[in-house]
Amino acid sequence: MRIEHYLRNSVVRDGTRTAIVAGDVRLSYDRVLDLAARMATTLRSRGVGRGDRVLILLDNGWQAAVTVLATWLAGAVICPVNPLSAVPRLVTGAAGTFEAGLEAAPFAGEAFPDTDLAALIYTSGSTGVPKGVMLAHENMDAAARSISAYLGNTAADTILVVLPMSFGYGLNQLVTAMLCGATLVIEKSFAFPQAVFERIRDERVTGFALVPAMAAMMMQARELDPSLFASLRYVTSAAAPLPPAHLDWLRAFLPHARLFCMYGQTECTRATYLPPEEIDARRGSVGIAIPGLQAEVVDEAGLAVPPGAVGELVVSGPNVMRGYWKNEAATRKALRPDPNTGTIRLHTGDLFTADADGYLTFVARTDDIIKSRGEKVAPKAVEDVLHRMPGVAEALVVGVPHEVLGEAVKALVVATDPALTERDVMRFCAQNLEDHMVPKIVEFRQFLPKTESGKASRRLAAAL
Amino acid sequence: MTAETQAAIRAFIVENFLFGDESHPLPADLSLIDNDLIDSTGILELVGFLEERFAIKVADADIVPANLDTIERISGFIARKQAA
Repeated sequence: MRIEHYLRNSVVRDGTRTAIVAGDVRLSYDRVLDLAARMATTLRSRGVGRGDRVLILLDNGWQAAVTVLATWLAGAVICPVNPLSAVPRLVTGAAGTFEAGLEAAPFAGEAFPDTDLAALIYTSGSTGVPKGVMLAHENMDAAARSISAYLGNTAADTILVVLPMSFGYGLNQLVTAMLCGATLVIEKSFAFPQAVFERIRDERVTGFALVPAMAAMMMQARELDPSLFASLRYVTSAAAPLPPAHLDWLRAFLPHARLFCMYGQTECTRATYLPPEEIDARRGSVGIAIPGLQAEVVDEAGLAVPPGAVGELVVSGPNVMRGYWKNEAATRKALRPDPNTGTIRLHTGDLFTADADGYLTFVARTDDIIKSRGEKVAPKAVEDVLHRMPGVAEALVVGVPHEVLGEAVKALVVATDPALTERDVMRFCAQNLEDHMVPKIVEFRQFLPKTESGKASRRLAAAL
Repeated sequence: MTAETQAAIRAFIVENFLFGDESHPLPADLSLIDNDLIDSTGILELVGFLEERFAIKVADADIVPANLDTIERISGFIARKQAA
């Protein structure tokens, strides 16, 4: 099924139900469909046709949700981009206000196949060049149905999204809400956690998706009132491994909420989840494959390894992406046939072990990607900026453990300008990189750690 | 007093979130969040600074946009805390 049909179906079930709450704005399902259909007409009249990609440069808000749904109604493909990235600076000639786009008559609709692309979501690649993950409607549909099945989502749920909807995990909250006819409460940021928590209380939120950095911030709060969270039915954690201390704290603080530890990547939306009743028996595990997906830990030849052995996690199923946009080399590397059956499998690039019952535990990444605050940072992308900085001869970027962020970005810099300070380096990075990519730690060195062949080595640097 | 307080807050923001970049105008009524000057971990650093510099105690319930989203609001919040 195509995702915009979720919206249409929810309107048929009960169009008066609240679909979206954002700030002071409350929109019923009827109203969301009307607004999205108007914006769809505007998109069509501006020349957007089936399969065209629509860049969405919006912060979390009702406008972002309406635009996503409008793009699908118009038969086009969403390409959500973090508004803090460099992309918005490249866009010029904006043609009018958002509100003007809602003045057109509602688009009557057209039947497009669910094999068409729904989303092109860019994710960091280890070479520093982002890769566009192509997800068809049927891929997102399979993921949303699987996830909402194990979370037990219904129209009675009120789901909070504070994670950016330009991010797969955030976007999925919108899709799940539309599928189930639930209410989606949209918050722009977690900068003021207390304001978000009051929102949870006031809107009687039942489902809360977080990343470990948010759990870390909750743990640091001094007199957090558990009654703010009384309405929560479940909490999900994904995007980075949830440290055991955070997990224990969340369970003790929110004993009434079911806690789901999950693992996924944009390429398949979600791969595994740990059923809450298994948390004690399977400490540290991210669980089993989500319903409908097959997961296996394999060796370099693609053959299954025995329980307990480390190998790469590969997954196959209807939620796996089509490939990377205009990047056949990367697609061939990520989507490879099972040597025994020929089934195409997604190679996650992450090392795991599986126990005898198939419960999976994350071990490490096979590439150098840093996970900071749940977001991927390609060291190469930061190094490229540092290498452009006047006064810098060489630089290496690594991830180091950090209490709140999971990993913090650390830069080792060889300076040619002795007057260069840490602040100078951070400022240059802040002017040229997204927020989460700016190094938190800068260390000046005479030399960079190098391999015997003379290549600067992140692995050696990380071991320092 | 207000001007002095606002200057101290502005200096902290420039030093810690703009890494010393003085070119940002940073008016007192500018939303720090909407303009992405401060993120969630930044707010915690800001709170730590306010407590130390102005000898006030900031409760979790105080950490809301009404108190901390602009330099003006922060200085008003400090004045109320110090008067209490």
